Amino acid sequence: MRDLKQVNRKVRENQTLANAEELRKAEAVPTIIIEPTRRWLSLKLRDIWQYRELLYFLTWRDVKVRYKQTVIGFLWAIIQPLLKMVVFSIIFGGLAKMDSEGFPYPIFLYAGLLPWQFFASAVSRSGESVVGSANLIKKVYFPRLIIPIASVGACLVDFAISFIILIVLMFYYSIIPTLSTFMVLPLVLATIFTALGVGMFISALNVAYRDFRYVLPFLVQIWMFLTPVIYSTGIIPENWRWLILLNPMAGIVDAYRSAILGKSFEWGSLGISIGIAVIVFLFGLIYFRKTERYFADIV
Amino acid sequence: MPDVAIKVEGLSKRYRIGQYVGGGAYQYRALRDVLTDVMYAPFHRLRARSKQRAVASNPTAMSHQPSANFIWALKDVSFEVKQGEIVGIIGRNGAGKSTLLKVLSRITEPTKGRAMIKGRLGSLLEVGTGFHPELTGRENIYLSGAILGMTKKEIDRKFDEIVDFSGIEKFLDTPVKRYSSGMWVRLGFAVAAHLEPEILLVDEVLAVGDAVFQKKCLGKMGDVSKEGRTVLFISHSMPAITRLCQRTILLDEGRILQDGPSHQVASVYLQSDVGITAARGWPDRSKAPGNDIVRLRAVRIRAEDGQITEAVDIRRAVGIEIEYEVLKPGHVLLPNYHFFNEQGVYLFVAGDHDPAWRQRPRPIGCYVSTAWIPGNFLSEGTLIVGVAISTVSPVIVHFYERDAVAFRIVDSFDGDSARGDYAGSIPGVIRPLLRWTTEFKDVVRQQRIVQKSNGGGE
Repeated sequence: MRDLKQVNRKVRENQTLANAEELRKAEAVPTIIIEPTRRWLSLKLRDIWQYRELLYFLTWRDVKVRYKQTVIGFLWAIIQPLLKMVVFSIIFGGLAKMDSEGFPYPIFLYAGLLPWQFFASAVSRSGESVVGSANLIKKVYFPRLIIPIASVGACLVDFAISFIILIVLMFYYSIIPTLSTFMVLPLVLATIFTALGVGMFISALNVAYRDFRYVLPFLVQIWMFLTPVIYSTGIIPENWRWLILLNPMAGIVDAYRSAILGKSFEWGSLGISIGIAVIVFLFGLIYFRKTERYFADIV
Repeated sequence: MPDVAIKVEGLSKRYRIGQYVGGGAYQYRALRDVLTDVMYAPFHRLRARSKQRAVASNPTAMSHQPSANFIWALKDVSFEVKQGEIVGIIGRNGAGKSTLLKVLSRITEPTKGRAMIKGRLGSLLEVGTGFHPELTGRENIYLSGAILGMTKKEIDRKFDEIVDFSGIEKFLDTPVKRYSSGMWVRLGFAVAAHLEPEILLVDEVLAVGDAVFQKKCLGKMGDVSKEGRTVLFISHSMPAITRLCQRTILLDEGRILQDGPSHQVASVYLQSDVGITAARGWPDRSKAPGNDIVRLRAVRIRAEDGQITEAVDIRRAVGIEIEYEVLKPGHVLLPNYHFFNEQGVYLFVAGDHDPAWRQRPRPIGCYVSTAWIPGNFLSEGTLIVGVAISTVSPVIVHFYERDAVAFRIVDSFDGDSARGDYAGSIPGVIRPLLRWTTEFKDVVRQQRIVQKSNGGGE
């Protein structure tokens, strides 16, 4: 008798367990609602979190593919900025005798060149990214924002590698890292957001107007001369300095230099730059979101 | 009572022809737009002009054609699919089938309406989605899997299964650009097949060209339905639709024309297909093709029993009949037919070689000539026939009416056509029923030994 009861109880237990299992399964079944976006602003950022693994895989693909068929592989990430630094140092430091605020020109230059290179390649790559992924966009759904974000992510890896040169240079010129060197971390974040803002905007624009493919390299080139990379902010006349602050990268690159070389920060101009960077980012994000629903139709 | 898996309410999708759809404020056009405009320009201008004329003569005309620049690829489409159902979607090219799939798989957003999808959705639209040629097979499994919506854990778990299924273990660490196209397809399909979605979207049109993949696709669909999953299957092939789906939706110009049991909808489709006419006549002599010697009156497709027909059984002969009037005596006339398939491939030309008329000048009067194409000769699909009448020496083409009539050859699934018991798609423009012989030769020695040792004798 007692045995039977036990068996019964066990059966019941199993049943409830099975029920719970089913219930959980039913809950796990996602329900997707497809309808035209009505709200003026719908950023759907949670979507990106859900697809974070795809973001990882796409970044990983970009990094992997870039150095796949090259003989020296990742060394390119070091050689490129290194050569640029040597050439620029000879021309602007050696021949043109640019003012480098009392620091040796190579390290003065590299402290600015490093973030600029990251920014420039991130903007170029993400700007091309959506058009470059046309076949994916036309075939599968995933949050389109992942594409430019992954491109920036891949450039971040290069950036990390080229940081090695900076460390070597700092040793060579015996520049001792201070507490302010850690300011580099929030500055990297600011660079990412600026690059992403511009990248999102251009990548979306590129879908509708392919002309931007040709404008982009030109734009990046000019932008570099508007940013204190090869020169110091000091050479700009006082009463024109506000103008250069409209360029968010000006304040950010300048701040990198302060952090790395240990000179004092220009908090005011950094603040303005970061403010503009936030605006650029939001603008890029909103523009991308507003146009992405047509990507598959026109890309 | 099974749950609803897909619920579509008033779904509409509008495309703007040849223009940027985003509605941005940028007025200048990119190279690409200019190019598409060049392509569409003749139509635009024509349309604009006729519209202007229409407006001038009739001010209400505008309201009938609110915007010629827009086309509704989907218009107010509503239906429900229960869990575990296999639903076929048919319709002519441009009927909105692919747009419907694109909207349901969230690739593009609808203009109006709403769809609810319960469960994970996978689509067999193309194999090897997201494959990167530089990456190895192993790397691409992860990449493609992630793109199709699998988590890394899931891929890890199914990795061996995927590799097994694809049969490319040896080349797992070779970049896929070195793969043969067959290997590429196998690997791509293996990844897609292990997605295990609750709802599967299959577009046969996009899979065309690879018989192996198609067969696997259809097989997979069968499996999936057995597991109680839901399938939406887009196809041009009526046999496949009627075999695989209990229910079919017929789309026409973005609307649902029919929704019901497959065989019923398929027959409606075959009859209603506007592009296909089995008979055409030119009652108005002045508009008929021809010259002052001979004039075309009618072209008809006839089945063996003499009925005018649009769909012909592959096993039966089909007659192409031309009716014409000779207006001037003294000419040797040669009616001839030109056959094309749906892809525009020029299949063959058939000229009249009836000995009675071959070199004999024709007196004035009305004639009917018929050519019979034997059964078990052409492949299934649509045939478009152009008709002409010419004189051979000297060569004069009195008229050539392109795309005069069309008919459809339908393969049977009774097993006695060249198809046999095979249900997949068969390539080739002809499908003759050949005489096959198989002789049983004596069992080879070794086999006999094996059989004996197995104990299973003669």
